[in-house]
Amino acid sequence: MRWSRSKGSLLPDASAGPPRVEPGGGRLRLLHARTRLVLRSFRNGAAVFLESRIGLLALVIIVLFAVMALSHPVLMGTVWDADIYDPVTGYAFDATEQPAPPSWKHPLGTDPLGRDVLSQLLFSTGSEFVLGITAALVTVAIATTVGAVSAYYGGLVDAFFMRLADLIIALPSISLLIVLSGLFDLSLFYLALVIGVLGGFGGTAIVLKSQALSIKVRPFIDAARMTGGGQFRIIFVHIVPNLLPLSLLYMMFTVTSAIFAEAVLSFLGLLDIRMSWGIMIHTANTGGYLLSGTRYWWLVLPAGASITFLCSAFYLAGRALDEVVNPRLSRRDG
Amino acid sequence: MMPRPGDAAVTHDLPLVEVDGLVKHFPVAGNVFRKPSGFVHAVDGVSFRIGRGESLGLVGESGCGKTTVGKLLVKLLEPTAGSISFCFADASGDEAPSEPVDAATLTGGRLRDFRRQVQLIFQDPYGSMNPRRTIYDTIAEPLAVQRIGNALDRVDRVAEILTLVGLTPASSFLFRYPHELSGGQRQRVAIARALVLEPSLVVADEPTSMLDVSSRTGIMSLMEQLARGLDVAYLYITHDLAVARYMCDRIAVMYMGKIVELAETEELLRHPLHPYTRALLSAVPVPDPEHRRDPPAISGEVAAPVDPPPRCRFYERCPQATSTCESSPHPPLEEKAPGRFAACYEV
Ligand SMILES: Nc1ncnc2c1ncn2[C@@H]1O[C@H](COP(=O)(O)OP(=O)(O)OP(=O)(O)O)[C@@H](O)[C@H]1O
Ligand code: SF4
Ligand SMILES: [Mg+2]
Repeated sequence: MRWSRSKGSLLPDASAGPPRVEPGGGRLRLLHARTRLVLRSFRNGAAVFLESRIGLLALVIIVLFAVMALSHPVLMGTVWDADIYDPVTGYAFDATEQPAPPSWKHPLGTDPLGRDVLSQLLFSTGSEFVLGITAALVTVAIATTVGAVSAYYGGLVDAFFMRLADLIIALPSISLLIVLSGLFDLSLFYLALVIGVLGGFGGTAIVLKSQALSIKVRPFIDAARMTGGGQFRIIFVHIVPNLLPLSLLYMMFTVTSAIFAEAVLSFLGLLDIRMSWGIMIHTANTGGYLLSGTRYWWLVLPAGASITFLCSAFYLAGRALDEVVNPRLSRRDG
Repeated sequence: MMPRPGDAAVTHDLPLVEVDGLVKHFPVAGNVFRKPSGFVHAVDGVSFRIGRGESLGLVGESGCGKTTVGKLLVKLLEPTAGSISFCFADASGDEAPSEPVDAATLTGGRLRDFRRQVQLIFQDPYGSMNPRRTIYDTIAEPLAVQRIGNALDRVDRVAEILTLVGLTPASSFLFRYPHELSGGQRQRVAIARALVLEPSLVVADEPTSMLDVSSRTGIMSLMEQLARGLDVAYLYITHDLAVARYMCDRIAVMYMGKIVELAETEELLRHPLHPYTRALLSAVPVPDPEHRRDPPAISGEVAAPVDPPPRCRFYERCPQATSTCESSPHPPLEEKAPGRFAACYEV
C-alpha cells in the first residue's frame, strides 16, 4: 500500500489496520463469491422466466424435444435393429407394402422407401437442435460485436456495417440460400454458418447497435475511460455485457428462423443432408403422397407438427426472455 | 475550510494545474448535410490555477459550463482552444515537482499515467456505475487497468478503501451490485473509485446534488476529511454557495462560459465584488427565520450561449449596467485587490 505517500494523516480507522477480507484461501473465495453471484442472477432470471406461462410452456416443449433427440441413440443401441430402423438405410422387411401405416413395430408407420418414420423423426430432432443453436451462436457473436463496434466508433466503420446490414435485409434470405445451395453442397453445418452469418451481419446487428448506442452515452462509459482503459476494454467489458440480455433474446428468434429455413430448403431438396424433418416431407412429396389428402398422414404430420412446435417454442422462449430482460434492465438502472 | 498551515499550495511555487484561456465550443446541429448553424460557447476563455491540496470551488447556474470545464480538465473532452498544464509531484514523493506537462500532448501510455493523477467523481451515482459489475469490480478496475497488484491484493485494497469511505464491514459490500445500494452508499463507492489510485487532483461534479438531504452532509465531510488525509486537490463543482463555502479554499464564479469572479471563500462571500455574485448570494437561504430576504437582484433566464454578442455576458440581467458595458467587449478578469479577481467595468 502506498498510502504513506501522503503528507497528512490518514483517518483513524485506516491506521487501525484495515480488515483483510476473510483471511486464507483468497483466490478460492474470490471464485466462490463470483460463482454465487452468477447462480443468484440465474435463479432470479429463471424465476421471472417461469412466472410467465409462455416461458413455462416453451420450456416444456423444448425439453420434450431434447428428450426425443436423446432417445434416438438409446433406442438404436437397445431395441432397434439397425437394418430395419436406421433412419436413412433401414428397411422394414416385415411390412407388406410401403409406406406402411402405424403398427406396433412402427408406431408412426414407414415412409415410401420402407424406413421407420419415428426413427427418422427422432434422429432429425438432434440435427435441428445442432443447426438452430449453431446458427444462433454465430449470429449473436457476430451481431453483438458488430453492433458494439459500430456504435462505439461510428463514422466510416458504422456506415460500412449498416449498409451491409441493409443489403442483407434487402435480399430475401430464402432465395439467397437457394442460390447458395445451387453453388455449393450445403451440409447442415455450413447451412448453420451461412444462416448465422446472414443473421449476424443483418437485422440483428442493427438492433444491437441501436441498443449499444444508448449504452455508449451512459456515464459509466466515461467512468471507464477515466480508469485509463483502452477501447477494447470499454467495448468488451462495458458495452457488450450490457448487450447480452438482448442478444440472448435474438438468439431464440434465430433458432426459429434457422429451423424454418432448413425445412424449406430440404423440402425443395436443395440440401446435402441425410435426414431432417424437411427431407421427410420432401420424400413424401416426391412420391406424390402429399396430394392424396389425409390418407398417408403419418408421412407429413409428425414432421410438420415438429417443425411448428419447436419453432414456436423457441419463439415463445424469446418472448418470455423479453420479460426477464426488460424489467431487469430498468430495475438495475434505478 | 481555511487555508491550512503547511499547505502545499503555499510551499511550492508551481501550481498543480494551470488553466489558460480555455475554450470549448459545441456545434449546434444544423441540417444533416449543412454546416452547424452556430456554436454553443460552453466555456469561453477560462483561466485559473489550483495549488497542491487546494480545493477550488466552481460555482454557477445550470448550463454555465461547469461540467464542461471539469470534463476538459480530466481529458474526457478536448478543448477548442487554450491550454491546461499539470505539474505533478515526482513519483518519489515529497521532492520538488516535476516539469509541467501540457495536457494536450498526452496520448496512449502517457494518458493512462495521467489518469492515475487526475480523477472525476460524477454527478450521477446511478448512471456512473456499470449495472452489471459488482462494487469490487468497479473499484478494482482502475487498479487492474493500471496493473497495480494482483487480484488478491486488489481485494484487500478495495476492502481497505471501502472502510475508509465508511462502507463497513467492507466484506458485505464487495460483491454487491450498484442497484442494491442507496444513493449515498453509491456516491461513497464513486469516491472510493476516484481515490483508489491516490490522485493529485479530483474533479467532483456536484457529487451531492442528486442525493437526498440526509446523506449530503455525510458525503461532504467525508470528502473534506479525505482531502486532508490524502492531500488531494479538488475542483469542486456546485451550484450551491453554501456547499462551496464548506468545501472550498477559493471559489470561482462562472457565468455563461466565463469566470466572473474568483477569490478566497470567506472574502468572496463577505464582500462580493461582481454584480452576478451579489445576485447569487442574495439567493442563498439564510438559517434565520426572522431574516427578511431581499428580493433577488436579477430576473430572467440564462439562455444557452449560442454565438453570444461580444459585450459583457451579464449585460442583459445586470442591475448596474452602463453604456460602457454595452459598447465594450466582455470585461477581462482583473485583480481588483490582492487575490481578488473580478470581470466587471464597474468594480
Ligand atoms: N456534448 C455537448 N454538445 C452540445 N452542447 C453541449 C454539450 N455539453 C454541454 N453542452 C452545452 O454547453 C453548455 C454548458 O453545459 P454544462 O453541462 O457544462 O453546464 P453545467 O454548468 O454543468 O450545468 P448543470 O448545472 O446543469 O450541470 C450548456 O448550454 C449545454 O447545453
Ligand atoms: S461589466 Fe457592466 S454589465 Fe457586466 S457585470 Fe459589470 S456592470 Fe454589469
Ligand atoms: Mg453539470
